[in-house]
Amino acid sequence: MVLSVLYTTLSFGQDTLPSMEKDTTQLDEVILITQRKLSNYRQEKTLSSIDDYLEKSNRITMIKRGNYAWEPTLSNMTSERLNVTIDGMQIFGACTDKMDPITSYVDVSNLKKVTIASGQEGTENGHCVGGAIDLQLPESKYYDFGLKSSVDVGYETNGNYRTAGLDVEYSGNTFYLNADGIFRKSDNYGAGNNQEVLYSQFQKYNISLQGGYKLSENHQLDANVIYDKATDVGYPALPMDVSLAEALITSVTHSFENDSAFIKSWESKLYFNTITHIMDDSQRPDVPIRMDMPGWSDTYGFYSKVKIEANKHSLLFNLNGFYNRSLAEMTMYPNDSNQPLMFMYTWPDIRTLYSGMYAKDAYAISENATVSANVRLGVQNNTIGNEVGLESLQIFYPDLTDSKNRFLMGFAADYLYKKPNYDISFGVGYGERAPSVSEGYGFFLFNSFDNFDYIGNPYLSNEKSFQANIKANYSIYDFKIGIESSYFYIMDYIIGGIDPTLSAMTIGASGVKVYTGLDHASIFDVYLNTSYNFTEKFSVNGTVGYNYGQGSNNEPLPIIKPFSYVAEVAYATSKFNAALQLEGNANQSRFSSFYGEDETPAYGVLNLNLGNVVNLKNNKLVFKYGVENILDSFYSTYADWNNIPRQGRNFYINASFIIR
Amino acid sequence: MKLKYILPILFLALATVACSSDENDDYTPPTSEVDGLQLIQELSNDTHTIELYNQSGLFYTGYNNISLRIKNRSNNEYVEDASITWMPMMQMPTMQHSCPKTNPEKVTGKNTIYQGAIVYQMTNTDGSGWSLMFDYTIDGVDYVVSDTITVMQNDNQNVSSFMGTDSSRYVVAIIEPENPIIGNNDLVVGVYKMENMMSFPVVENYILTLDPRMPGMGNHTSPNNTNLTFNAADNKYHANLSLTMTGYWVLNLKLMNVDDEVIKGEDVTDGNEQSSLYLELEF
Repeated sequence: MVLSVLYTTLSFGQDTLPSMEKDTTQLDEVILITQRKLSNYRQEKTLSSIDDYLEKSNRITMIKRGNYAWEPTLSNMTSERLNVTIDGMQIFGACTDKMDPITSYVDVSNLKKVTIASGQEGTENGHCVGGAIDLQLPESKYYDFGLKSSVDVGYETNGNYRTAGLDVEYSGNTFYLNADGIFRKSDNYGAGNNQEVLYSQFQKYNISLQGGYKLSENHQLDANVIYDKATDVGYPALPMDVSLAEALITSVTHSFENDSAFIKSWESKLYFNTITHIMDDSQRPDVPIRMDMPGWSDTYGFYSKVKIEANKHSLLFNLNGFYNRSLAEMTMYPNDSNQPLMFMYTWPDIRTLYSGMYAKDAYAISENATVSANVRLGVQNNTIGNEVGLESLQIFYPDLTDSKNRFLMGFAADYLYKKPNYDISFGVGYGERAPSVSEGYGFFLFNSFDNFDYIGNPYLSNEKSFQANIKANYSIYDFKIGIESSYFYIMDYIIGGIDPTLSAMTIGASGVKVYTGLDHASIFDVYLNTSYNFTEKFSVNGTVGYNYGQGSNNEPLPIIKPFSYVAEVAYATSKFNAALQLEGNANQSRFSSFYGEDETPAYGVLNLNLGNVVNLKNNKLVFKYGVENILDSFYSTYADWNNIPRQGRNFYINASFIIR
Repeated sequence: MKLKYILPILFLALATVACSSDENDDYTPPTSEVDGLQLIQELSNDTHTIELYNQSGLFYTGYNNISLRIKNRSNNEYVEDASITWMPMMQMPTMQHSCPKTNPEKVTGKNTIYQGAIVYQMTNTDGSGWSLMFDYTIDGVDYVVSDTITVMQNDNQNVSSFMGTDSSRYVVAIIEPENPIIGNNDLVVGVYKMENMMSFPVVENYILTLDPRMPGMGNHTSPNNTNLTFNAADNKYHANLSLTMTGYWVLNLKLMNVDDEVIKGEDVTDGNEQSSLYLELEF
């Protein structure tokens, strides 16, 4: 209905449809979701979710609590250590149990590319320790190509997964409009050996509207609205599901561009987004107690960034600020209906006000060498907006006041030397981050991973990180080899510590953990990438990786990737491509039983991807099809919450029809 | 000087009330000293009418904070200088007994209001059985008034009457918080010893250990609770009670005398979900 309305009223098209370029040898930290074409290496489904795309990056692992809304980790660090933004906009999930990473509120149809930056290189939009993921929206195009549209349909046998998408785009000389919608629905998926994974279904749709108007040669105005709504989302790894996850993401952007002026570009954005997230256990037949856990998160913000190029300097300044309100509550229904409802604020209306500034300078020392440095300074205030919430937290912190200020800083410097057949770069950095709302102010948040209730700690110190990274690539004839490594030394590493004096709230929980700062922790990763092109069309590539994490208490950190490998044989022409891929992890020997992890055994899965392009006059038909987990292995990885098994064998086909 | 203003106003107010008894329940003049309180009952003799007030307009089992004023029936003015004692009495089939009480005292800052407390430790299912007798003196003249009253059973156990290990009977009643919050609450409890059927003096310098629990949540408890200790200033026991959520709470108590001997109650352990001495709280 909505789609047909859109189709009839706004018959325009968009061609930034998903396909992915990923080259393991180049270690691009950018995942392109570019125009629909066959990629050279790992062929993907055109209708892959954002989650699937992100997972193809070396440094990103998705934590899975079900078949939907996976949580990205970057360099073995989860969302609170990352700065995840949508086109520079701050947006915060509304679920206290991380069931709604913000990557779940956009779809591939909304995006142009995803930029991934490790460590302090990722502070352009905000403070972080682990790095940044920026989901970038497409820019308006004033190409005057008129109307363009495309239709996508997809089907996967595992879970009876259906997808349909429609994009219409109109481009004039001064006016641009794009509308797209996508719908996804899956039943329970099956793990290896046809074992149904209960409560793994989901359903969502996403619509977006983008419009641009060129005010003059150098000035343009853009507006973007994304509405995303998921219903009936099952979380097999958790005791609860989600009946509604809804986001409205809006922005207005003014941009100035002038190649011949001192200021090359100046982009300013005002934005607002609101999220409603409702957890639901009504589908579960057997729970100790029925409960409702709704959460809300509203964010207002702006940024203004200026690019200047002068002499050999390339400068970038970004002034930004945001205001977020996070509120979540829990109502439990006693089994004895004579007793009153049990209510508490799990996020007591925390208001976060941040303002900060970022500056970066890249200086070309010579033709081959570039040195760059960046710095971010910011001030953050957290206020507990809810009197009941403040009083609740005063149970644990009797002298707690409703407001806390933090000063945050981060800086990094790196050096890049590039020759035609080799390049090398290294960098160092220091950064700080404030505790997240849950870490600072959470009230009895149950974590099913270690089976503990968590209490926030408003007095936590900022987490501080020293980092060093090195990257080198070398190519000889058709053989390429690259190594990439990073090391983080994190002080006041925020993690839960058991408080044996506290009594668990959740029925069946093992106890209560209070967030504390571990004196220090170390996280290390190294990846070795190789590729060899036998011919223009036929190539092989492979990656092996090793990750390590340990705290000052001599315990391994949780959710650290074990030894991993990917190997691929690929054949590609302009009309056809095929790839056979082997992907796996070694036995997770350094698991963290201290933090509730168990040992995940080794696994390896085999995937086959195929693709065809058919030109029909001016129009184009793209097919992507293949088999995932060909051998139907029953397995789970270290990042699967409570060891829920992954999908078994899956046949899929995606078809896209592009009408010009 | 204050009197000059208040009296006419009061008079006016009373006249209105008197003329129209229908409005008695819901009409209170804005300047009334009983603003915000509900009339429980009036007790009358030939000379005076005693009006009893509290927040709910009803007596319930447990601790009752009661405001009252005495109206001179001859001139409808409220008495400002009386000394009052009262005696609540429960008529049982074979005997009668009283209960813990604090005699009414003039409230500071008020002209006509007296305040006292009565702890009804039980009642009959239909609310009957109790009567209330006043002995009061105005200008050196003694008066008496008494009447039956209705005491409703509270839904929760907010008072406990028990035999201690020292073979004495005790009454323990929750006084505050009247409106609990999620957070730290000032818990105030009264502890009384039954000396005989008519005398229930305050027990001094004992200790009550406090362990609040939610039986509906796997006997969840909260941190930073303190034991109830005696405060000689108000003759009550005080503690910090932290409540992590709304709902049904059981305050498990253990009464210990000055020699740290347990008079009543047990610790809550894995094998013992609830103390035999407890009070209930819902919000």
